[in-house]
Amino acid sequence: MRYIIVFILLFAHWVIWSGMLDAFHLALGVISCGIVTFMSHDLLFKRERITSQLLTESIRFLFYIPWLMYQIILSNIHVAKIVLNPSLPIDPKFVWYKSRLKKDIALTTFSNSITLTPGTITTDIVDGQYYVHCLDQKVADDLMGGAMERKIAHVFEED
Amino acid sequence: MITAFSLFLFAIGIFFFFTATVGLLRMPDFYCRMQATGKGDTMGAFLTVTALALYNLHYGFTLSAVLVSLKIMFIAVFIFVANPTATHAIAKAGMDCGFEPWTRERRAE
Repeated sequence: MRYIIVFILLFAHWVIWSGMLDAFHLALGVISCGIVTFMSHDLLFKRERITSQLLTESIRFLFYIPWLMYQIILSNIHVAKIVLNPSLPIDPKFVWYKSRLKKDIALTTFSNSITLTPGTITTDIVDGQYYVHCLDQKVADDLMGGAMERKIAHVFEED
Repeated sequence: MITAFSLFLFAIGIFFFFTATVGLLRMPDFYCRMQATGKGDTMGAFLTVTALALYNLHYGFTLSAVLVSLKIMFIAVFIFVANPTATHAIAKAGMDCGFEPWTRERRAE
C-alpha cells in the first residue's frame, strides 16, 4: 500500500516536471520512480504511522495554509506601515514563548510559521521554549495570543 | 482580464519588495533588518510569482501552459519553505556571534 502511494506521488511529480507526455518519457518515469520507490519507500512515511491519521493531517494542513496566508498578508501590511512611517515606531524585543507542542514536525511547522509571519523571527528552540525576536508590542501580543499554536496543534492532532 | 489582474498582483508584489528595501535601509540593527527583508520578500516574491503564473495563462488554458504555471507556483512553495529557514539560520548565527539587539531603552541612555 505504502509502495503504491509513494509511487503515485513520485510519478505525479515526474509528469509535472518533465511535461513530456509521449511513451518514451513516461516509460523512463515509470522505471526511475519504481527504482526510487523500491529504495526509499520508508523515508516518506514512517512505518508506525497510520495512513488515515496522515490523511487527516494532510487535509487539515491544506486548510491551515489559507489561514496562514491571511495572517501573513495582515502582518505584512502592519510591517509595511511601520517601515513607511517617518518616525519608525518600532520597539524590538526578545520574548520567550512556552509551547505545548510535542512532535518534531509540529514544532518545525510552528517555528517556520512564526518566522514567515512578518515582525517575528524564531531564533532558537530550547526544550519546547521558543526564543522569538518581535518587532513591536503588537506582533508580540499576536504571538502570545496563541491562535497560531492552537491551529497547529489541531492540524497535528495534539489537542 | 487575466492580464489586468496579474498586473495588479505584480504591482502589489513590487510594493512589498519596495517596503522590504526601505526597511533594510531604515532599521537600526541586524535583527530588525532581518525582519524587514526576510518578510517583505516572502510576500513580494509570492505575489510576483503568482502574477507570472497567471500571466502565463493569458494565451489560453492549454495543458503545457498549465504545467508551466504549476512549475512557477512550485517556486513559490520552495520560497515559503526556504525563506523562513534561511532567516532563522541567519538570525541564530547573529545571536551566536553575540550581536546585541537594539532596544528603545538602550537608545534613551
